[in-house]
Parts: sequence; C-alpha cells; structure tokens
Amino acid sequence: MSATNKLTIARAMAESLAQEMRTDPNVFIMGEDIAQLGGVFGNTRGLYTEFGEERIRDTPISETAFIGAGVGAAMDGMRPVVELMFVDFFGVCFDAIYNLMAKNIYFSGGHSNVPMVIMASTGGGYSDGGQHSQCLYATFAHLPGMKVIAPSNAYDAKGLLTAAIRDNSPVIYLFHKGLQGMGWLGTEPAAINQVPEENYQLEIGKAKTVISGTDITIVSIGMGVHHALKAAHELQKDDISIEVIDLCSLVPLDRQHIIESVNKTGRLIVVDEDYHSYGMSGEIFASVIEHDHTIFKTPPQRITYPDIPIPFSRPMEQWALPSTEKIIHACLTMKEK
Amino acid sequence: MLPTNEQRRWMYRNMLISRYMEERIETIYMEGKKPIFNMANGPIPGEMHLSNGQEPCAVGVCCHLGTEDIVTATHRPHHIAIAKGVDLKKMMAEIFGKKTGLSGGRGGHMHLFDKDVNFACSGIIAQGMGPAVGAALSRKLQRKSGIAIAYIGEGAANQGAFHETLNLASVWKLPVIFIIEDNDWGISVAKSTSTSVSKNSDRAAAYGMPGIFIKDNCPDQIFSATAAAVEQARCGDGPTLIEIKTSRLAGHFMGDAEDYRPKGEKENLLKNDPIPTYRQALLDEDVITIEEDSALVQETQQLIEDAITFARESDEPAPEEALEHVFAH
Repeated sequence: MSATNKLTIARAMAESLAQEMRTDPNVFIMGEDIAQLGGVFGNTRGLYTEFGEERIRDTPISETAFIGAGVGAAMDGMRPVVELMFVDFFGVCFDAIYNLMAKNIYFSGGHSNVPMVIMASTGGGYSDGGQHSQCLYATFAHLPGMKVIAPSNAYDAKGLLTAAIRDNSPVIYLFHKGLQGMGWLGTEPAAINQVPEENYQLEIGKAKTVISGTDITIVSIGMGVHHALKAAHELQKDDISIEVIDLCSLVPLDRQHIIESVNKTGRLIVVDEDYHSYGMSGEIFASVIEHDHTIFKTPPQRITYPDIPIPFSRPMEQWALPSTEKIIHACLTMKEK
Repeated sequence: MLPTNEQRRWMYRNMLISRYMEERIETIYMEGKKPIFNMANGPIPGEMHLSNGQEPCAVGVCCHLGTEDIVTATHRPHHIAIAKGVDLKKMMAEIFGKKTGLSGGRGGHMHLFDKDVNFACSGIIAQGMGPAVGAALSRKLQRKSGIAIAYIGEGAANQGAFHETLNLASVWKLPVIFIIEDNDWGISVAKSTSTSVSKNSDRAAAYGMPGIFIKDNCPDQIFSATAAAVEQARCGDGPTLIEIKTSRLAGHFMGDAEDYRPKGEKENLLKNDPIPTYRQALLDEDVITIEEDSALVQETQQLIEDAITFARESDEPAPEEALEHVFAH
C-alpha cells in the first residue's frame, strides 16, 4: 500500500490530471480559467506551472468551439480533458456534446474513438441563482453515447477521473461544488478523505455500498450521499438500519447493485439534487420494478429537487434542496408503514 | 499556382465520379417513391441532399490534400467525400443503409465517416467546424503533419459556431482552412435576406485571418486561390477563410419543388454547369482528347455502377446490430 494523503476532491482531481499527463503525452486540458487561475473550482491547480500553456490551455469563452475542438482532437488521437466551468453552460454548446461527442463513435461504426472528458461543476445551495446551481445529471444520462459519473469524495474523484481519461468513450465528469473542498463554497468534511499517492482507477459503472443496513436502502449520488450518511447516522439512534448506496456513475447505471440491496431491505429512497420529473429517481424506481414488482414492502420515495427553476433567496432555495432532515422524515414515515 | 495537367485530369475525373453518382442516386432514390412521394420508401430512404453543381469546390481544394489531412463536411457531403478519397463502395452501401457501409448503416448519407482517409461530416449547420479546429490543434500538439479543412455552406456563417471557431483557430494559429460553399440558398432563404455582408470572406478580417473570395465555380481557379492557404497552414502560419461562389443545381433536398427560386435562375445555373464548361476547357487546351474523355466517362460510370451493385447486393444489417458501437471497445 502506497502512502496516502488527505485530499479535497479539487486536489484529488488535479493529482489525477497531473499523473495522467505525465504518463500520456496525448492528454491535455482546455477550458475557461484553467491555466494560471487553476480552475474556478481548483481542479487544475498547479498544472500550468508543471505543463505550461501548450497542454494547459485557457480558452476564450466559446464553449461551442472548444468542446467541438475536443471532439476533433479526440478523434485524431489525443485525449482532451475539457472543462465546462458550470454544467449550466451546456446550453450554448450542447450540439457539440450530444450530436458530435456522443454520436461519432456510433456514426463511424466503431472505427473512430472519442476519448474525451468533459469536467463540469454541479449543484447549488449557496444562492448562486438558477443558471449556476443546477445538476442536470439526467439530461446527459438520458442521451446515449456518453458515460456520466459524479464522485462524492476525493478517493473516488481521483480513481474515476483517471478511468475517465483512459476510457476510449466520452465521459461527462460532474463534480459537486459543495464537495470540492473550496472553503468559499462551503465544505463537506466527509468528501475529504485519504487518497493514495500512486495512480489508480475505479471502474466506471460500479456503485458502492457505503454503509450496510437492513431496513431501508437509500440510493444517491454526489452531495446526496452525504445527506444520506448523516441521516443514517441519526436513525441509528432509533434502531433503524440504513443501507446507503453511492451510484458513482449514472451511465452505465449499476442496476444490479441497487436491486440486490432492495431485495434485502424491501424499502427504497432515492435522493437526487437534480430535477424531480423524468430523472434519476424515476429511472431507479423503474429499474427495480421491472426486475420484480413485488419487491417493495412499502412504496418507494424520492427526495429530489422540485420542478422549478432554482430560486436565489436563501429560504426558498434551502427549502427546495434535498436535506438530511427530509431523508430522516421519509425514513421514519416509511418505517411506520 | 496553376494546376498541372495531371492535377486537372484528377479534378475532372473526380467531378465526373461525383456527378454520375448524383445522377444515379437521383434515379434510385425515386424507386418506390412514385407515384406518391414518401421519404421512408425505396432503396434509399431518408433525406437526400445532392451536391451537383458544387463539385469544383471539392476537387479544387482536395487536390492539395493527402490522406493524412482531415476534412469535415456538411449535410451535403458526397462531392467532398469523393474528392477526399472515401471508399466509393462503402459510401454507396452506407447511403443504402447496408451492413457493408462505412458504419454498417448507422450513419447514412448525412453522417459519412471514413477514418482511413480522415473524413467526417455532421448534419448540423456549422458543427463540423469545431472538430476540424480540434483536429488541427491535435496535429499542432502532436507535431504531426497534416492540416484540417472544414467545409460549410454560406448559411453556416450566421451560426455561433462559425464565429467561435474562427476566433479560436486564429488565436491559437492552427493549421485549418474554412471553406464556404456559397450556393446562395439556405434551404429556401436567399443569402441576400439572411446575411448582413455580401461576402462572408470579409468576416475573416474580424478574426485576424486572410479572407479569400473566389468568384468562379471553376476547379482551376479554386485550386490556384487555395494553394497559398494550404501552404500557410502547412507552414504553421495559421488559418484562412475561403468563400467560393458556387451553384446548387438541385433543390435543398430531393422532393424540394424550388418554387422560391426567381424565374430564370435555375436555367441560368444549368447553362453554366461547371462540368461541361471544364470539359470544354480541357479539350480546348489539349489536356484531354475526345477519346480520353469518352474513356474517362465510361470508367467513372463503371466505378459508380460497381458501387451501386455492391450496395444493392449487400446484406441489410441485422436489426439488433443497432445496439453496437454506442461506446468504444
């Protein structure tokens, strides 16, 4: 076992990027403010000093151009990592993402690869308004041809980013701002954990049981995992045993892992900071029911972001977000049934 | 820089291949679509965008290119694909949606991809430009030879991607050339009513790159006018925007009644068809003899007939093959 360091997600991401760039000269990074600034969310900090402006490329604010360019570079043998600062900005460049990046392997009949990573920040909770706080997990997961991952802690963040860079298919890598370990965005302490110094990769498409339990399965991703863990800890006092599953990946989705857990507990709660309708929670319910419609002892519940734009005002936004309290309440009502 | 006679014969030959392919597709496309036109019927279903009239833009530029150079084309890609050397049989099979097609029938006529000759296209206006810029960046970063060419129509010059990619290519000094095929029509909307400048090549100035306007739909002129841009890109001196006045002899797609065209325009365009004009020039200048021309016509027609036979006789893909190649292996 190599030495480990306690890292934030931001630093774990930078470490993965640096190690992959040292190993593979075809890896390069481009995006907005990633060079001297080191990324608005800190995930490219220090890389410019080591690798210089040729491989750590600040772009103009032209997402259509530089994400499209990522596709062309990937198809020509490079491994571009492209930062889309806020996932909310996808609207100005979505054609390059879902019509080019995600479809060109298919259109080429598998003769071309598109080994490209888009890193984008997700999540709100700090009053940044409705165009800088969304998660949009399901938007990307819904459209075929791109893998979609979202780590909840630094160890996973490094291993999954390394896997994403080495993957020959395009990967959307979504990191939650509240988990980055940037003080000014609020910091979730549990996202900062021990990270091996050596390079390693985690398999994309594998969910993890973070804590085992027997009464209720809670499935989540990103920030929701931390809300669920806190709820599980509180509920222990009431002798309610919670199993928390961190999906890590939305595409591919580890349906089997979820089904096995619900088989054991018979109860399911999905926590998702993305919008309520047509999203991850519905997909997970459907996946379980399609497998066995008799599996549930009680109706499943979902704690999601309501179908409204994200409001600026603190009380309104905080009311709308998933929270530990909402999860505890759902678990208690579920257990009574 | 003038083309050699050998280059002129190459350009003429590829124009003939393209034209004959379009003529044959035009007939085959209508099989099963008469008397009631239904796009889904016949051996070639879906939209069909013919490029007859625009062949000089393909050959005049691609004559400078090799296999290693990268070309991204538009939704009207056949002439460019042919000039870039895309395999004719596999391309025809792809247009028919057959298993033996370039991508086994997953792409179709608007999504032709041939990695062997670095050819790709996109059915979305202006969206081939980003990938071309990225390929150019890749060549620069890898210090590999080869330049990238993005073909677009004049309608694409009003898209955001056009302006973003021109700026990016210029600021990074990339080996890329943007070719605008100006056929005056974005489907049914005239350029004069949609575009604030009369020459899109003027827009190059806004991005600090040379803008070249080629007024004649003639392979020799296009060859000569693009030579410097190719040289500039190969030397690492950055991008160029080139606009070529060309003509779309057919409608936007097959089935287009073309009622929007002013009276007499179509007749005028057909009178100035670039292929007979070029043939006459080559004959007049003794670049080819009448006998050579007939032999060439026959040879190119045979190539297309062989490709059509290959496509017709190829198997349909098994339906469940649709599930393959969503992700890389």
